[in-house]
Amino acid sequence: MISPMPECDLLVVGAGPAGVAAATVAAERGRAVLLLDDTPWLGGQIWRGEQQKPTNAQAQTWLNRLARSGVRIIGEARMVGLEGPGRYVIETPDHHWTIQPKALVLATGARELFLPFPGWTLPGILGAGGLQTLVKTGWPIEGQRVVVAGSGPLLLAVAAGLKKAGANVVGLFEQASPASLARFGTQLIAHPDKIGQAFGLRRQLAGVPYKLGWWPVRAEGVNQVERLVLTSGRQTLTVDCDAVACGFGLVPSLELPTLLGCLLDGEAVAVDAGQQTSVQGIFAAGELTGIGGNDKALVEGQVASLTAIGEHAAVFPLHRSRNGWRNFARALGKTFKPRPELLKLAEPQTIVCRCEDVTYSQLSGYTSWRDAKLQTRCGMGPCQGRICGAATRQLFGWGMESVRPPVLAARVASLIPSDERI
Amino acid sequence: MPEPEVINVTVNGQRLSVPAGTVAASAVARAGLVGFRAPVRGGPARGPLCGMGICFECRIMINGQPQVRSCQVICREGMELRTDDLANA
Ligand SMILES: Cc1cc2nc3c(=O)[nH]c(=O)nc-3n(C[C@H](O)[C@H](O)[C@H](O)COP(=O)(O)OP(=O)(O)OC[C@H]3O[C@@H](n4cnc5c(N)ncnc54)[C@H](O)[C@@H]3O)c2cc1C
Ligand code: FES
Repeated sequence: MISPMPECDLLVVGAGPAGVAAATVAAERGRAVLLLDDTPWLGGQIWRGEQQKPTNAQAQTWLNRLARSGVRIIGEARMVGLEGPGRYVIETPDHHWTIQPKALVLATGARELFLPFPGWTLPGILGAGGLQTLVKTGWPIEGQRVVVAGSGPLLLAVAAGLKKAGANVVGLFEQASPASLARFGTQLIAHPDKIGQAFGLRRQLAGVPYKLGWWPVRAEGVNQVERLVLTSGRQTLTVDCDAVACGFGLVPSLELPTLLGCLLDGEAVAVDAGQQTSVQGIFAAGELTGIGGNDKALVEGQVASLTAIGEHAAVFPLHRSRNGWRNFARALGKTFKPRPELLKLAEPQTIVCRCEDVTYSQLSGYTSWRDAKLQTRCGMGPCQGRICGAATRQLFGWGMESVRPPVLAARVASLIPSDERI
Repeated sequence: MPEPEVINVTVNGQRLSVPAGTVAASAVARAGLVGFRAPVRGGPARGPLCGMGICFECRIMINGQPQVRSCQVICREGMELRTDDLANA
């Protein structure tokens, strides 16, 4: 069924901090704004559950501003493709429509980087952010022994969150070396908020063993994880646990921007000073343009939106903060870059593609993801390479491929141009 | 109408009450289950990984519909969740 096409000045895709900020500031200036999110929730990954149980003042401020601003919000709506220049296809559980907004802000965020290691497919081993997100929506964690491992500042936030939810966080293991973190420490001085946050979290983590330069090598258990083996390269340690929260940092979700033709800068969407991508009229903000966290997402969302609607005077005061957070994001990337040892954890029988159960040894010997896909079905299952794609890029150096529609298993009807539909 | 605070669902036929806002994946875990779906080539069952709807490891049957990502579905009164159906394999 085709619904009438809503008119709008600005279409924002993704209702995390970047999208919420983008939609709000445009609507506050009288523009007709439509904000879409694939999920039934507002707030993206970090503010999940805030509408039900307010815990975060910044989230409340933005979500209240959004509610008052007059933005039209549509949940369970995802952008799946392009029907013609500037005409986008949107899908909801029982409708689809095309829309031709005056400008588009992409704020589709990031996902975790998972690197395969023996045993990583056992139940009870979740992403670090993944477990945090589920705990915000009722996942039982109270009294469970949880190991937090992997890389990046998200691990600290996750360990603090899990502890607050009643978990027994038996250890927090960061793969980056103490030397790498010390260098990062000097960069933090330019960002007092982040230092406060880091220290605030350290206090919340009192009593949790925190080790730098340690990483997981193997998980063991029969039907679920029972212990995690970690190493520092010199020593090893076995930790008994009921759950593991493990992620090696975040990677931007590039399918949609790539599909829309936006050029990349490394592993992020390339943008100019006003957050405009290489495609005229398409802007990008937040994790998409480089992993930098919530504050970067908020300021970039505002810059993108205000530039898109031509409110250039309002953008000017935001530039300094925007540039600061973008530098912070670059420092973050360098500091928490996965160490080479992490790329050698998989054994021949270790599953790399979890949908199709393709092992490491089955994949060795291919020179491109395309070949590996055709021959082994790696990346051809329901996740369409969202998990194994980033891993194989790291493990085998296979490049990003051009994405062909649909972005995420769209229903066939959405992909037929509307003038060909009955 | 105010939202009820507790939602009643069934997991593999067993009744379970969960706090409002709980997702189906969390209800399955609250029922004490660890395996959500059978992998395509055998071995121990899988459970959720990403928590954000992209890995498809949390697929279960919900109200008779197979292969639903349980981390993306908020529990509603009377919802039937099943992990024991081979249609999930
Ligand atoms: C699993 C996970 C958990 C995290 N937990 C925390 C935490 O607890 N604390 C913390 O400080 N940081 C956390 N982070 C990091 C945090 O998400 C970012 O720092 C920040 O929220 C980024 O904001 P964003 O707006 O760029 O993206 P996000 O918050 O990721 O928002 C992107 C939104 O876009 C939507 N979307 C994606 N594709 C489409 C599409 N095609 N159509 C429609 N909508 C779409 C998504 O559903 C999502 O809601 C987490 C990250 C991840 C991946
Ligand atoms: S846990 Fe990954 S899709 Fe549900």
